[in-house]
Amino acid sequence: MTPLGSHLILRQILNSAVVPLSQLLPGQAGKLVSLNPERPVDQRLMALGLIPGMPITVVRRAPLGDPIELRFNETEICLRKEEAAGILVDVAADCPVPRPPRP
Amino acid sequence: MSADPLPRIAVIGNPNTGKSTLFNALTGLRQRVGNYPGVTVARKSGTCDLGGGRLVELIDLPGLYSLAAISPDEQVVIDVLLGRHAGSSPPDAVLVVCDANNLLRNCFLASQVAELGLPAVIVVNQADVARERGLEVDTDLLAERLGAPVALVSAWRGEGLAEVRRLLAGALGAGSRLRRVEWPAAVATALAEVAIAAGKDTGRPVPPALAQRLLFDVSPTLAESLGWGEAARAPALRAARDGVRRSGMNPPAAEALVHYGRLRTELDGVVRGSSRPTRTAAVDRLLLHRVAGPVAFAAVMLGLFWSVFALAKGPMEAILGGVDWAKAAVAPRLEATPMLQSLVTDGILGGVGAFLVFLPQIALLFLLVGLLEDSGYMARAAFIMDRLFGWCGLNGKSFVPLLSGYACAIPGILSTRTIEDPRARLATAFAVPFMSCSARFPVYALMCSAFIGPWHGPLWESVAMVGMHLVGLLVAVPVTFLLTRVILRVRPAPFVLELPRYQLPKPRDVLWRVGQSVWEFIQKAGTVIFALTIVVWALTYFPRDPELAERSRSAALAAGASEDKAAAVAQASQVESSWMGRMGKAIQPAFDPAGFDWKLTVGVLASFPAREVIVSTLGITYALGEEAGADSEQLREAMRSATWTEGPRAGTPIFTLPAILALMVFFALCSQCGSTVATLAQETGGWRWAAISFVTMTALAWLAAVAVYQVGTALA
Repeated sequence: MTPLGSHLILRQILNSAVVPLSQLLPGQAGKLVSLNPERPVDQRLMALGLIPGMPITVVRRAPLGDPIELRFNETEICLRKEEAAGILVDVAADCPVPRPPRP
Repeated sequence: MSADPLPRIAVIGNPNTGKSTLFNALTGLRQRVGNYPGVTVARKSGTCDLGGGRLVELIDLPGLYSLAAISPDEQVVIDVLLGRHAGSSPPDAVLVVCDANNLLRNCFLASQVAELGLPAVIVVNQADVARERGLEVDTDLLAERLGAPVALVSAWRGEGLAEVRRLLAGALGAGSRLRRVEWPAAVATALAEVAIAAGKDTGRPVPPALAQRLLFDVSPTLAESLGWGEAARAPALRAARDGVRRSGMNPPAAEALVHYGRLRTELDGVVRGSSRPTRTAAVDRLLLHRVAGPVAFAAVMLGLFWSVFALAKGPMEAILGGVDWAKAAVAPRLEATPMLQSLVTDGILGGVGAFLVFLPQIALLFLLVGLLEDSGYMARAAFIMDRLFGWCGLNGKSFVPLLSGYACAIPGILSTRTIEDPRARLATAFAVPFMSCSARFPVYALMCSAFIGPWHGPLWESVAMVGMHLVGLLVAVPVTFLLTRVILRVRPAPFVLELPRYQLPKPRDVLWRVGQSVWEFIQKAGTVIFALTIVVWALTYFPRDPELAERSRSAALAAGASEDKAAAVAQASQVESSWMGRMGKAIQPAFDPAGFDWKLTVGVLASFPAREVIVSTLGITYALGEEAGADSEQLREAMRSATWTEGPRAGTPIFTLPAILALMVFFALCSQCGSTVATLAQETGGWRWAAISFVTMTALAWLAAVAVYQVGTALA
């Protein structure tokens, strides 16, 4: 089975869309589901207000694709994809998806 | 002055809250800069008059988001707040600076500070920006909810400062305390366990606030600074944290959840009005655009580089002119004592000139970097460049120091202070001296114009010039990679970089920092360069042999040379018989595989304090006088006709293409700059890294020069 196929089944089972933050497209938003506070990066993000349930938007990617710019709690920060991969967000429909940034 | 020390007030706050602007506004010019023991974090403090002649000492601490320290700068904040430095006690009060535009996040730090139990005053800064955005902060309500007095301030505009002074005076007297959160009983038990275990293992009492940090922080930065080793720490912390977990709370997440949970209710209704977006988002759509962003970045960096080069040129020439003028003015007065004359003109004035000449570039670079930093663009530049640098242990903020290195390594190394991650900071400072600084240019110019141009035409001359400028960069990348991955045992700090609102830099803040960096450079690097120049002067001057000089002079005169030429020949013979000349001849066998004769070896040795000295040293050893510059046709001619006088190569030219390339590569890589080595020592907190850099660069330069000469000669 392709990874995409397994992902779709998983999505049906859970009836939600919990994905790593690094997979969000620019302009896409979600709510924080979980991170790993045992990592100093994640503990720092929590100190900045990224706690479960907090809406978070991927504003853009850097011109070379990495890092990504995030917005949450009126804070704009950049984070490397490697570190964003361990953070899970729920991009289910009840989360308003803002317009993608104008080109 | 009274014998009692002034009451001390620590100023803390998130980065980009205008904390330093407030500090500068409150203290004016009554500031002192020093260093915290054992780390390279600047200790800034100043005196502030609270009114009626009541003086206090304000301590400007590095900006931080959370007391859970992950870098040495943040560690310093904890150390000061807990009074952990030798001979110090906790401050008498804390001034917490918050951004009115993001009160919730800023109050997290205030809520952590409450746990310290120190008298506190909250400053809600950048009130002007908030007002423009349609936000209104109810300071009375905030003060009531947090339990400490609150002042609404715009430090940029100088509004609300009197209120801050009044509240500080009150806080010192009344001892107002921020309200603390209520921790579950399990946390209190765990804290007591940690305090006992850590106190027993380190032999020093552990106050509750310190125990709290040890229990909650996942980064071992603080525990390691206490000397609480992994072996003793791990089981004690695991037991204490398990106790907290059993109560249904995850210790590493507890602080954020508890503080934010409390602040959500306490800040309810404090900020009124709906916020209009700032211009920042619109500007970023352009400056961080996939195509326009890098173009704008390149334009900004080119502008920065060009300015440092072009604008510093005039002042640098004026300084050199001034030094020459001073030499010419002093020399005739010391005619009677040649030794003193040479000491003053070549030694002392030469030494002063050698570091004064760097000041224009240092000042300019600090001015421009300060403007970029305070405007908010520097964080964007790091965002754009991080990918290119991240893989080899540097980060996006390494770009500006490396670029500055092409003008001069010293401001480049000094500007690594903007890098938060200590590992990336050290790696960048290590890589900067490899960049081809402007002092290497005369060497390339001499070699290219004397040999490569005449032999191979202007195209290859420019190829060689560009190539020499890239050699250092190409070597620095793998060296840095090895350094950070294999040798350097410093944990990388996570790359969590805030993109702050754009704002107009405050000229006074930037100029103040420029002045401080220049002064620090003069004090620390200046003395080292000065001493080194005197040493090289003495080595080249002594021992004197007047008879030899006279013999060489009359021989030259007899051969039909002019009076000036004869004096230059006499000077050359003196250098040859000096300690430096003898050292050059003794060490020459080591440089023989690179194709250097003893004159080049003397040039290399004499250039260790400052590499640009090579050209004038060659002028002296080739008996043309020290005024022969890189554009001197006589010097080029003398070098073209130089041949080996002994050994298997006797009679063949010294300056073959492989020898020229080897010499240029040597100068491209070698650590021949006393100022750079001294600055590295200053910025890395000791001579260890300066020594490692010196040895690495010099060894690499020798290896590369030998490789180029041997391979080139074999191919020719």
